[in-house]
Amino acid sequence: MKPVSLFLGCIIPNRYPGIEKATKLVLDGLGIDWADLAGASCCPAPGVFRSFDKVTWLTLAARNIVLSEQMDRDVLTICNGCFGSLADANHELKNDPGLARQVNKHLGEVDMKYKGSAEVRHIIEFLSKEFGPDKVKDAIKRPLELKVALHYGCHLIKPSKDRDMGTVENPVFFDELVEALGAKSIDYEDKMACCGAGGGVRSALLDKSLEMADAKLLHIAEAGVDCIVNACPFCHLQLDFGQVEIKDKFGHEYNIPVLHYSQLLAIAMGYSPEDVGVDLNFIKNEEFIDRLRG
Amino acid sequence: MTKEPVKLLEDEGLTFLTCMQCGTCTGSCPSGRYTSLNTRRLVLSARRNKDVYHDEDLWMCTTCYQCQERCPRGIKIVDGILTLRTESVHMGLMLPDHRKVAGLVIDKGHAVPINDANRERRKELGMDELPETVHKYPDALEQVKKLVEVTGFVQLVRNEGSEVAEEGQ
Ligand code: SF4
Ligand code: SF4
Repeated sequence: MKPVSLFLGCIIPNRYPGIEKATKLVLDGLGIDWADLAGASCCPAPGVFRSFDKVTWLTLAARNIVLSEQMDRDVLTICNGCFGSLADANHELKNDPGLARQVNKHLGEVDMKYKGSAEVRHIIEFLSKEFGPDKVKDAIKRPLELKVALHYGCHLIKPSKDRDMGTVENPVFFDELVEALGAKSIDYEDKMACCGAGGGVRSALLDKSLEMADAKLLHIAEAGVDCIVNACPFCHLQLDFGQVEIKDKFGHEYNIPVLHYSQLLAIAMGYSPEDVGVDLNFIKNEEFIDRLRG
Repeated sequence: MTKEPVKLLEDEGLTFLTCMQCGTCTGSCPSGRYTSLNTRRLVLSARRNKDVYHDEDLWMCTTCYQCQERCPRGIKIVDGILTLRTESVHMGLMLPDHRKVAGLVIDKGHAVPINDANRERRKELGMDELPETVHKYPDALEQVKKLVEVTGFVQLVRNEGSEVAEEGQ
């Protein structure tokens, strides 16, 4: 397993730092050789940057990848947006020498050069492929008897032409990682549906974006779960803070706790919900947090 | 000169011309249930003329890729939508909130920069107040600023003409 650098992105360090802390605890707990990716920037945000200017998107993404190449490490992301942006950019640059030349001309201005020697990983596919549910199970101290609504999000598995995660209609690799922690992944209607945040829709058309989240939350509520588990801080924000906005705007109240998989895994490894910032979410469900204390 | 959309897509190795208007994309679209976005219609309109660059539906796509995965003709619908958006932006058409997000990256290197509440949260969690990103390393931020300058991005986002267009909306 090649060593990795930890790419934080924007939302995790700057809005949900508990997920950052949980991820580092988990990487240490699993004995993964990781290092900070010092000086990284926004991935950049695919919705806006990729839509605005392709070469700028590729150049900023390449700079982040080069920082990791310089450390001879693969890039480990913990966000579907960062993964989508960096993996797709890496893919384009590796396969299009003309584009790579253009990007390298710009990177030359800051004495950098993209080589294409690093892979971009996402923590869920990384754990699934490099460890697998059985080894993850061996690493936990405390099985969590929870009913979980799993949200894969979109860019972890799509576009499938640039991913290697099997079916996009009925994937199971993430469910397996959740069930390795003793939890039960509950099926719900339209499970693979988008949370509505991506593509710049949340930032520019908030109400429309929240209508998509509202539909998702309703289906989850109907399934009767203890919490939502995701793989992406933007989905996390949309489903956590989004519940506050949906209550304000549409009067629908759900009060469903939301956790990133790193947080769930850290808790199963023996950390407290406060250690990994579950209590810093917008949806504060004391009863649930109590159960996590075990 | 703004390119015809068919030509623009072709130059990116994409085409919408093989679309048979089956509507699978529209039926799969989570956004279309709540917005005016009709993916099938958008694909058709991109085959016609430059009006598509002004179509606000371009910006209602969450890039979830569901349509692209299911299209029986294998059309790279989302890649196409992103390409059309880019052309539209280069014509000066940007949603004000997107311009703001772009501005944050230009100034701070993060689309979602740190704020006081989260400096506090980080401290409460026993972490450094600032993450190991451009927030902590001014030289790294300078690199980002230099790059958005040389790619022409700063000019694209802060272009005076489009600023006026925004106020006029
Ligand atoms: S699914 Fe494909 S072929 Fe069918 S209408 Fe949409 S773009 Fe056209
Ligand atoms: S990628 Fe965009 S157009 Fe396609 S289904 Fe998703 S939201 Fe609709």
